[in-house]
Amino acid sequence: MSITTAWAAIIAFGLFMYVALDGFDLGIGLIFPFFPDDEERNMMMHSVAPVWDGNETWLVLGGAALYAAFPVVYGVALSALYLPIVMMLVCLIFRGVSFEIRGKAKRTKHLWDLSFMVGSAGASFFQGIILGAYLQGIPVTNESFSGDSFFWLHPFSILTGLGLMATYALLGACWLVMKMDGDLQRRLYGLVTPLTVVLLVFIVGVSIWTPMISVQIAHRWFDSGLLSRLIVVPFLVAIVALSMFIAIKHRREKTAFVLTLLLVLLGYIGLLVSVWPYAIPFTITLTDAAAPRSSQIFTLVGTVIIVPIILVYTTAGYWIFRGKVAQGAQYH
Amino acid sequence: MQFAFTVSFHIIFPAMSIGLANFIAVLEGAWLKTGKEHYKDLCLYWSKVFAIGFGMGVVSGVVMAYQFGTNWAGFSKFAGPVTGPLLTYEVMTAFFLEAGFLGIMLFGWDKVGRRAHFAATVLVALGTLVSTFWILASNSWMQTPQGFAIENGRVVPLDWFKIVFNPSFPYRLFHMAIATFIVVALIVAATGAWHLLKGRRDPAVKTMYSMALWLLLALAPIQILVGDQHGLNTRKYQPAKIAAIEGLWETEHGGTALNLVGFPDMNTETTRYAVQIPHLGSLILTHSWDGEIQGLKEFPKEDRPNSSIIFWTFRLMAGLGMLMALLALLGLLLRRGGRLFENRLYQRFVLLMGPTGLIALIAGWVTTEVGRQPWVVYGVMRTVDAVSPISAQAVGLALMVFILVYFMVFGTGIYYIFRLLLQGPSATRVPPSAIPELDADHSGRRPMSAVE
Repeated sequence: MSITTAWAAIIAFGLFMYVALDGFDLGIGLIFPFFPDDEERNMMMHSVAPVWDGNETWLVLGGAALYAAFPVVYGVALSALYLPIVMMLVCLIFRGVSFEIRGKAKRTKHLWDLSFMVGSAGASFFQGIILGAYLQGIPVTNESFSGDSFFWLHPFSILTGLGLMATYALLGACWLVMKMDGDLQRRLYGLVTPLTVVLLVFIVGVSIWTPMISVQIAHRWFDSGLLSRLIVVPFLVAIVALSMFIAIKHRREKTAFVLTLLLVLLGYIGLLVSVWPYAIPFTITLTDAAAPRSSQIFTLVGTVIIVPIILVYTTAGYWIFRGKVAQGAQYH
Repeated sequence: MQFAFTVSFHIIFPAMSIGLANFIAVLEGAWLKTGKEHYKDLCLYWSKVFAIGFGMGVVSGVVMAYQFGTNWAGFSKFAGPVTGPLLTYEVMTAFFLEAGFLGIMLFGWDKVGRRAHFAATVLVALGTLVSTFWILASNSWMQTPQGFAIENGRVVPLDWFKIVFNPSFPYRLFHMAIATFIVVALIVAATGAWHLLKGRRDPAVKTMYSMALWLLLALAPIQILVGDQHGLNTRKYQPAKIAAIEGLWETEHGGTALNLVGFPDMNTETTRYAVQIPHLGSLILTHSWDGEIQGLKEFPKEDRPNSSIIFWTFRLMAGLGMLMALLALLGLLLRRGGRLFENRLYQRFVLLMGPTGLIALIAGWVTTEVGRQPWVVYGVMRTVDAVSPISAQAVGLALMVFILVYFMVFGTGIYYIFRLLLQGPSATRVPPSAIPELDADHSGRRPMSAVE
């Protein structure tokens, strides 16, 4: 495996960690509207309070690693997706600040609730838009972005935006099922089933539309000999979905969360396979975009040593705050 | 412009976080060692302030991480091979460390033992310092670049040791780290002064007031020495910056005067209404009676930083630094006379000086950044070549959004920090379980956060 491939793998891993971890805490904001009770909201917030900024750090790592290992992609993709990225960041700001302020505010508490919900929803939606626009392909000439400021606005990217919101909402609901009990948990279960159905609809929709929107992806799926290996993916999705409904029926709280993560992973693998070996589909390959070898090696050495350590203490953090959130728990 | 704006905002919160995290670690250590409860009170109290500041720092930091790409695509492509890895190291060794242990530090009091909790606090503090290390390595490299070659229109790193430990790095690192401690010392002292003026005399308030003034007494003079060394270093590597800071146009022989005040004019190439002290310029900048300092006219017009700005930002920083040293010395005199907690005039002075740490920090930052212009990487890449190929319209729109959001959101953050500061550490300890009864106007079962 070349060092460039290793870097692509690390960034792919970092992004997956982000989606898996920040996915559920963004999802909590998405399902907030279904739980208007103030005390329940406090508990829901509290369930992610010790971990949410660690989760968000994976997004920062993704950005920084992209910058270090593929500076061309970083420059092109970020100026191309300028407005959606700015919108996503603004939403993340509102949401992050709500964590800190909500518990301290009295009169303006409902405003911070609103800011938490809108911020979470917006951040999820724009992340999905960014994904959709990326799959569609970014207009590039001479290693610079050459499109229009609004090229990303397209029915397909809106579909992926909504799809990602559904993904996060389901992750959030499953997380809370693990962290809550009693009547609240029962109502959360009630939300998991329809959300799973919605997510499956989005998965099917995006899967059908993706090869239609990009000739190259269609070519990669159907004409490159990958089909025989890719064909298992839809079957796996079907099996996971089925297990999900069984898990919900038998109230297996941890299983539901793990299965949702599996669904996300399957979709993610499908995505990676579709764009490989491009860094910007379908104009700049990973090799074209790679940073000088000395930069990649210098950073790789650190990454190989430090990321496992990060994983150990992140796990320890989750372990310390394991178990159900106590009744009446508050952010501070 | 947008970048400058978000950066200035960004620098405020991390600066507070770095200083506060270390202060809190010291407080917790003192509590473990002495067992005195007011140390823990202070520790919990400043942790709340820290939490808000840190939250703000994290979100404005996320914006920063992506802004290099959104607004500075040219810079990213060119210098990314150096600054990218440094940023990645910062994320891996600092951001994760802080975020990972912050949860335990803020919410883990009942979940882990005392020692484990103290370890978490120390790790968070360590994370803030490690973060300072990397970000300043990157920033210093932009000021005094070395250890690289240029191939195909981009930087190729050759020697990472030289890149990280570039000539201005040690000075900049110590200057900045000490600055963050001073920022916090001044804020803590001012908070203490406010509550002393309000008549509180409990051990928590007295302790924090006294600790902060001791810290200031130790650091303010050191900072002046470090700043002086930093100046010598800058004269060696960025003479144009020094000339602009001093509003000095001609290279004078036989000793250079210092412009105490004046108005440097970039067009007429003069410093108007200058009040000069003979030989002082040479004395400060070369540590000799008649050392030579290059004037701005030695540099082509397009290579000159804007003297009208940094002449004043530098004087603001240095002047406030002198005042801080004076403040600390007065404090020592009062302490010897046993009047430290009673002298109201002095307490007003301390209160007034509260925000000056932050002001000096920002002024210093503007000085060094504007002083680097017109380069983004000094002597290697010009700022005009560094921007992204996006429409001015999109940038303008984003700038408006950011200004609006920052003022709303961070305004609120600052408001809550202020509210906490005015409230002060709790005078008598109330165990959390005893509070719910007081909370009749709310849901009753929910313990109000101690902040309210």
